[in-house]
Amino acid sequence: MKLPTLNDNPFMKPMEWVSLLLLAGLILVLLPLALDSFRLNLVGKYLTYAFVALGLVICWGYCGILSLGQGVFFGLGGYCMAMYLKLEASSVENTRIQSTPGIPDFMDWNQVTALPWFWKPFHSLPLTLIAVVAVPTLFAFVIGAAMFKRRVGGTYFAIITQAIAAILTILIVGQQGYTGGINGITDLRTLNGWDIRTDAAKTILYFVNGGLLIACILVAQAVKRSKLGRILVAMRDKEDRVRFSGYAVASFKIFAFCLAAAFAAVGGAMFTLQVGFMSPSFVGIVPSIEMVIYTAVGGRLSLFGAVYGTLLVNWAKTSFSESFPELWLFGLGALFIAVVLAFPNGLAGIWRQHVEPRLSRKPKSPALPAVLPHGAPAE
Amino acid sequence: MFGDYSLGDLGAIFAMQGFAGLILFSVYVLMALGLAIIFGQMGVINMAHGEFMILGAYVTYLCSGFFQSNLPALFPGYFFVAMVLAFLAAGALGMLVEWALIRHLYKRPLDTLLATWGLSLILQQAYRSIFGAREVGVELPSWLIGSVQVTDAIEIPINGMFVMAVTVLITVAVALLLFASRWGRQVRAVMQNRVMAGAVGIDTDRVDRATFGIGCGIAGIAGAAFTMIGSTGPTSGQLYIVDTFLIVVFGGAASLLGTIASAFSISQTQSTLEFFLSGSTAKVLTLLGVVAILMLRPQGLFTLKVRR
Repeated sequence: MKLPTLNDNPFMKPMEWVSLLLLAGLILVLLPLALDSFRLNLVGKYLTYAFVALGLVICWGYCGILSLGQGVFFGLGGYCMAMYLKLEASSVENTRIQSTPGIPDFMDWNQVTALPWFWKPFHSLPLTLIAVVAVPTLFAFVIGAAMFKRRVGGTYFAIITQAIAAILTILIVGQQGYTGGINGITDLRTLNGWDIRTDAAKTILYFVNGGLLIACILVAQAVKRSKLGRILVAMRDKEDRVRFSGYAVASFKIFAFCLAAAFAAVGGAMFTLQVGFMSPSFVGIVPSIEMVIYTAVGGRLSLFGAVYGTLLVNWAKTSFSESFPELWLFGLGALFIAVVLAFPNGLAGIWRQHVEPRLSRKPKSPALPAVLPHGAPAE
Repeated sequence: MFGDYSLGDLGAIFAMQGFAGLILFSVYVLMALGLAIIFGQMGVINMAHGEFMILGAYVTYLCSGFFQSNLPALFPGYFFVAMVLAFLAAGALGMLVEWALIRHLYKRPLDTLLATWGLSLILQQAYRSIFGAREVGVELPSWLIGSVQVTDAIEIPINGMFVMAVTVLITVAVALLLFASRWGRQVRAVMQNRVMAGAVGIDTDRVDRATFGIGCGIAGIAGAAFTMIGSTGPTSGQLYIVDTFLIVVFGGAASLLGTIASAFSISQTQSTLEFFLSGSTAKVLTLLGVVAILMLRPQGLFTLKVRR
């Protein structure tokens, strides 16, 4: 069989363009028309998780690196944004009653009298916007460089990223005076003078969020179809062969991990803007693993699937935990098990196997590659 | 940080914190032993390990209640019955889980991680539905209450000593089982070369199931021991799972000695630091140290030399 070369491959197949248009139509037209502003804000919140899920598709689905610490990057991005908003909300006029005016209220409560050095850059909006992406990406780079250069991968990497998520949560909760502790950074008001609490602002932020998500999908698609994307897949399936062919395996892995971190960070920042606070409960182990399940449900090899998976799981979570809080954990647990055992390719896999062949009258398209083809190294 | 204490005080502090560390060490070792068997020998990540431990704790709680109301004469000895029952309950559940879930996923280690996480959520919610969300504690028999006064400043609680004794016993038993029994030989053979082990007539499926069951059973015993020193809630297991995984990885996955050594160093560091710094800072520093060392030496402290 002749494999198509890269030049034959269009940027996206017609079917994928249709999927993209459908998704964009759903997010940018249908949902805003159908939902009231409260529900729309809720969907906006879910969509911020979809950034993380997208990153995981590249990092986990295509490159085979399971990170259980994506909450760290989501949280770092969110905290960077929250620090800027908090500083703006605690101007000297707003905080007259404090013993030290001009610093965030939780610092005042914890007897911190001067703004710590790492808060200072967040007075400036451009620096904040850079930090939102740069801080988590750099952090991912350090972790990735340390681990992948030493050929740590697979389950070890998963455990260590999980430990990092635990450490960061404990650190944020413990250093109450500098981070706001368990309550997080709350009471955020304006972005460069623009009130983000009004319904109109929330609607605008929703559209910004949706646009950014589509942009991230396009970036991920560009990575996926490039030569780089093929090397990622090759590495996932037979790492040693790629290494022996002369590729610096570690650098490619670091790239995939950093890209996933950057996506997660954008999601985190948008989360802070739309929801109006950031807290350590979005950083730790439990949210990080939940973000993995969004990807798994949607299909770990499908960019669009990841978005739908995120929406579906969160929708189920909200409606179940509203009406049957007891059942929700059973349902979520069963979902984990079912996806892994029965549908390793998630919703996208079901779609490609059962729906797509009926849509196109063409002869059956070749089956989706297995998640781990035969003989994948069990590290 | 040492400035305000005299030398004698420091000695007593280190002794006391060292002992507190030893109790933490005991829980860690019991948890990590089961995990080391499952992860180290089988390469399976069992995120529900903490929930197996809590199952043991709840079995002990039920036992304590049963003996108190029905067999008060035998109450002082109930703990030994509870330990056996905890082992059996957790082991049986473990074998069931292996049969229903894990055996389909041996080639996909990352997926076992997700599936067992799902299992842990289900178990947690089951505990919450059955036993309630509040933490429960067991009634200690009178001979386990109190403490031994060593010097003026140092006293050692009896229940802590008992937990340590249990830990030593279980560790010796596991070591004997792995290195001196027929089953242990089979387990190690399967771990080193599954195909070859199958070829020489070892039923690898059965060995896997027994290994998983025993690993979970030991977690059950850990839970029983845990009730002696703390109360049990539906999510208590989750608090320990990350630490335990780090211990196993830090020690070198396939090495029993490494697991014990790393549990010892981590628990001692944490409990000594805890006295001088706040609890959360101590924990952060300990975990950071472990992660930093793992970045420099990813294979862990001790490695088994195996030709692959």
